[in-house]
Amino acid sequence: MKLTPYLFGLSALFALGAAAAETADPELLKKGEYLARAGDCVACHTAKGGQPFAGGLPMETPIGTLFSTNITPDRKTGIGDYSFEDFDLAVRHGIAKQGYTLYPAMPYPSYARVTEPDMRALYAYFMQGVAPIEQANKDSAIPWPLSMRLPLTFWRWVFAPEVKDFAPAKDQDPVLARGAYLVDGLGHCGACHTPRGIGMQEKALSAGEGADFLAGSAPLEGWIAKSLRGDQRTGIGSWSEAELVQFLRTGRTNRTAVFGGMSEVVVHSMQYMSDADLTAIARYLKSLPAANPGDQAYAYDEKVSKALYHGDDSKTGAALYVDNCAACHRTDGQGYARVFPALAGNPVVNGDDATSLIHIVLKGDTMPATHQAPSTFTMPPFSWRLNDQQVADVVNFIRTSWGNQAPAVSAEQVAHLRAELDVPPLGQIPDPHALVAPQH
Amino acid sequence: MATTLKPVNAVVVGFGWAGAILAKELTEAGLQVVALERGPHQDTYPDGAYPNTLDELTYNSRGKLFQDLSKSTVTIRHGIDGTALPYRQLSAFLPGNGVGGAGLHWSGVHFRIMPEELRLRSHYEERYGKGFIPEGMTIQDYGVSYEELEPHFDFAEKVFGTSGSAYKVKGQVVGDGNPFAPDRSDNFPLPALKDVHSAHLFRKAAEEVGMHPYAMPAANASGPWTNPYGVQMGPCNFCGFCSGYACYMYSKASPNLNILPALKQSELFELRVNSNVLRVNLDSDGKRATGVTYVDAQGREIVQPADLVIVSAFQFHNVHLMLLSGIGKPYDPRTGEGVVGKNFAYQNMATIKAFFDRDVHTNPFIGTGGGGVAVDDFNSDNFDHGPLGFVGGSPFWVNQAGSKPIRGLTLPPGAPSWGSGWKQAAKDAYTHTLSMDAHGSNMSYRDNYLDLDPTYKDAYGQPLLRMTFDWKENEYKMTRYVTEQMRKIAEAMNPKTIAVHVKNFGDHFNTRAYQTTHLLGGAIMGSDPKTSAVNRYLQSWDVHNVFVIGASAFPQGTGYNPTGLVAALAYWSAKAIREQYLKNPGPLVQA
Repeated sequence: MKLTPYLFGLSALFALGAAAAETADPELLKKGEYLARAGDCVACHTAKGGQPFAGGLPMETPIGTLFSTNITPDRKTGIGDYSFEDFDLAVRHGIAKQGYTLYPAMPYPSYARVTEPDMRALYAYFMQGVAPIEQANKDSAIPWPLSMRLPLTFWRWVFAPEVKDFAPAKDQDPVLARGAYLVDGLGHCGACHTPRGIGMQEKALSAGEGADFLAGSAPLEGWIAKSLRGDQRTGIGSWSEAELVQFLRTGRTNRTAVFGGMSEVVVHSMQYMSDADLTAIARYLKSLPAANPGDQAYAYDEKVSKALYHGDDSKTGAALYVDNCAACHRTDGQGYARVFPALAGNPVVNGDDATSLIHIVLKGDTMPATHQAPSTFTMPPFSWRLNDQQVADVVNFIRTSWGNQAPAVSAEQVAHLRAELDVPPLGQIPDPHALVAPQH
Repeated sequence: MATTLKPVNAVVVGFGWAGAILAKELTEAGLQVVALERGPHQDTYPDGAYPNTLDELTYNSRGKLFQDLSKSTVTIRHGIDGTALPYRQLSAFLPGNGVGGAGLHWSGVHFRIMPEELRLRSHYEERYGKGFIPEGMTIQDYGVSYEELEPHFDFAEKVFGTSGSAYKVKGQVVGDGNPFAPDRSDNFPLPALKDVHSAHLFRKAAEEVGMHPYAMPAANASGPWTNPYGVQMGPCNFCGFCSGYACYMYSKASPNLNILPALKQSELFELRVNSNVLRVNLDSDGKRATGVTYVDAQGREIVQPADLVIVSAFQFHNVHLMLLSGIGKPYDPRTGEGVVGKNFAYQNMATIKAFFDRDVHTNPFIGTGGGGVAVDDFNSDNFDHGPLGFVGGSPFWVNQAGSKPIRGLTLPPGAPSWGSGWKQAAKDAYTHTLSMDAHGSNMSYRDNYLDLDPTYKDAYGQPLLRMTFDWKENEYKMTRYVTEQMRKIAEAMNPKTIAVHVKNFGDHFNTRAYQTTHLLGGAIMGSDPKTSAVNRYLQSWDVHNVFVIGASAFPQGTGYNPTGLVAALAYWSAKAIREQYLKNPGPLVQA
């Protein structure tokens, strides 16, 4: 009998595939694949359960639903007939091969600073490293007159920066420069984390453009992309560089867990980055000063913890917290390292806008598996168990206990988000099985 | 007409602890592995979703995570001349179903084994003479030593995130663990769980009567843990919903929590659920397995060819599958010949409940499945059996696993069984009671065995497995003696009253009362193909590319819970496959 080591078979297959795909320099393809990871192209250009890069993912925008496009090298429906110049025009300039302006859901204002050598690697990868898939693009569901492409062109003229290869500033630390290149460029972190102006443009596209850069977004799809600036209470001022690297690599640190849209960024993009690049990203982010000039460090306050220990749940929301949250997050709000996030001092909890916190309480969330940390941990939904006032009470309890300080939320805010989200209805015990994607 | 799929390197039948360990080890060796699990997908979430999982009626009373007996069960009789009847309601034992198997709903007690129990027959003959072991008791040696298994016990503890307190590490006394326990190469990965109050009372009383209490080794994490596969556990919060439940705190080790996330990262691994294996297929001369035939979720018959077949279902399913597949000679109790079905054994439990006044608060609702305080003074051969005339022993413990509202009420002897008197007694007793067990060993006998039932069939038209089992003289003697020793601890606590639940001479195996799910043997390991079904590497003597992993390999019972030994044997077998068998497929031991 034969027990061929299967790995050997796989690598042989891979070698065969690469050889068949014309003559691209394998190093260039590898670089392009890595850069495509850094740009997280796959996240938007792949539908749920669809083929990689074949597009079709619906994207909610304030003006309507867009569908991402097929960027596989299929000649009929993808970008197989794109020259490098066509590709570059789309990615860095925001102009489709057919000449119209792309919706800025495609983050070409960020990609404008990607260097040409990197663009050539990306092009090589998309032409030769990606399997062509025939899948026609879907029209966007944006009503006229917003569907007109002409205003987009004006938008592009006004808001998109000049396309120019990134170059470090004179005397810039090379690690910080690399971090700036990745964060401002391919990483397009600002697409979510920078507040947008009246024209939906990001208010700042790099560190040098002011304190709005990465200062946190307004709610989108029921989540807040939090501030990545140095603020202690609401930003990442309390995080170390090592924690940021660990977070981006594994989706978790001793004190926190990734959630919402950032989960996909970690899973599809960040976990593939080299240690050097993650360090560069972290160091650059850590170099952003606090947006709030009066920023003060968080300090733990044990008053609530002691009261709960002594059985005093007289504070509004305390009993709800003990009955629903404390099993995992503990009465001292510290959670358990790497498994259940700390609520005490957590910048998401302390943010001015509590949307993400309310969202998680209502709908729960799952910490995703990553290569280096394959465990998934799920917080169940509480929408069926707590009414709007109870959610507001428990959220307010969390936001004002253990030293946390954040403005109160109202039952109306909870009601609003509940209506927006697809969550198990109040009063009906849900079948938890119905809440998870079927496994095969 | 069966559909035949593309061959794979290895097929794993049953995805509990044994199957998960073998799948992990074989994918690490570069093999493409398909695991076939009879039951559905299940995982910590959603099957242990908080707070829905805290539901005794659904999970324990109605057995949500247990085997569905309407599809397949066993028949049971007390003796070889009796007629066996199907086990139609889960009670005495609770086999698992679905991904994780019984490893998802177990308690978490995670022992090793006493070295002399791996060579039990030789040990007793050496210490007490050849005539000591009674006629008809068919205990044997495992054919593997504690020293050989030690690295695998150690690794399994790290995978499981086991909490405990070591006594001796590398010959040095390092802590307040069990002084009877054998030497270890390393301490437990996590410190022992804290004593609940009733365990604390037990510890104090045991010391008072001169015994040697220690913290039970528990695969319920006492703190956050990241295991060698990079997967993580949360810490136990003593909620008490362990046995019968999936742990919402991610703190009770399970194949789902501790191994599957790492396996999911491997392209070489595929898990197919709702896939009920009917038989292992053999080539024309019956010397080699060609794969397995299973029924999928749609009821289609599928043939999965494979070079290597790992039979790693629950203990009696392993035996059942061997009998249905014609692997090894079926055991005949009349002649004593044959091996498959031989030496079926179990656990021999006794319980003492102590009832206190209202000033002693035992808080029985707090608990953890594997934690507690035990003594080993009357376990294994830690005491002189010579004048006692029986084989075996028992650890004693307070293993307070959290009393639930339906089954958690224990009333003192003489309390009314209904009405306001019952209510008052329940009120008086509930938080002022503790329970301790003598978790005794059960030896194997010539006429306690497994075979195919001549009458009853499962949902697939195959004969059910038949258990022929009853308690023997040795078992009554052992349990009654050790229970008297445990009584000393109970009395040292100065309770108001105690209730002793122990078998009387002549009591039959009662299928209606929960005992444990520690069913053993039937496809036992050993050094002689005439008396064992698998060799010391758990490889079938008859079909060399079939390995049968699980408690089915134990030649007799032990005082300890079986999972620790199952895991160590699984890693031991996997090592032999990886280091010897894959290089040179064939029998690893020449008969």
